[in-house]
Amino acid sequence: MATALMTPPAPTPADSPARDWVARLRADGAEGQAAVADLHALLLKAARFEIGRRAVQDPSLRGGDREDLAQQAADDALMAVLAELDQFRGESRFTTWAYKFALLEAAVKVRRRTWQGREIPLEDEAWRALADAGASAGRGAEDAELFAALREEIERLGPRRREVLVAVALNGVPIDVLAERLGSTRGALYKNLHDARRALREALAERGFRVGSGEEER
Amino acid sequence: MSSDEQRRRTMELVLGPDAPELTCEQCFEELDRYVELVLAGEGAGEGIPGMRSHLDGCPACAEDFDSLRALVTREGD
Repeated sequence: MATALMTPPAPTPADSPARDWVARLRADGAEGQAAVADLHALLLKAARFEIGRRAVQDPSLRGGDREDLAQQAADDALMAVLAELDQFRGESRFTTWAYKFALLEAAVKVRRRTWQGREIPLEDEAWRALADAGASAGRGAEDAELFAALREEIERLGPRRREVLVAVALNGVPIDVLAERLGSTRGALYKNLHDARRALREALAERGFRVGSGEEER
Repeated sequence: MSSDEQRRRTMELVLGPDAPELTCEQCFEELDRYVELVLAGEGAGEGIPGMRSHLDGCPACAEDFDSLRALVTREGD
């Protein structure tokens, strides 16, 4: 028999560990319950990892409720994973797919907690950030002209596009924090941001600035 | 961050990527596959068009990508 024919076949989705996870989670009784407990432990590990990473830069996360935050994130991620189980296509490892839900839940909770009680910065602060960026590189009149034009075009944007662009791009407000404050969604606000950016690029191009590829010239 | 980097990052955030990009929802759907392609060094950008430009333009999704890549890397060690 040829050697090639003796080589074991590559694993197929039907017998992969990912398929095992899905089958176990769908099982009735004790097997299903054990699988859900295993999944929760996996998600809790991911949530703790995310909060631990962020605690390095955010001292407020080093308090005693850090574990509570991780547990909440794991609980919410568990619900999300079970609700989305039919959407798992087996194009990545099951653990990688599941981790992303826990990391997202943990990240959103951390960002919201970090901004709890803080006002969204005013537009004046954005103009300072823009002026600082324009002045800091020391490119003189060329940059001053570009950044002045940019400010004018931002001020011409419609109110929602302008609000989202200023908050997210200039004042560093996390988009999910802004979505919660405005009663919107991350996806809807990113669409506003995307449309605002496109309008700005077009307006600057019409004024003779060459924008794109990280360099702007006139 | 140097002054040139600050200027470049501000312009990137204000003007965004000048290329077609995924939405945040599409980015989340593809994130696990993208991370595994990146870690395998298998031309992830070509495999999922619009992903790289979205990550360049969306700080929140970029953070999610960094976290998943770091966690999967650690688990693989």
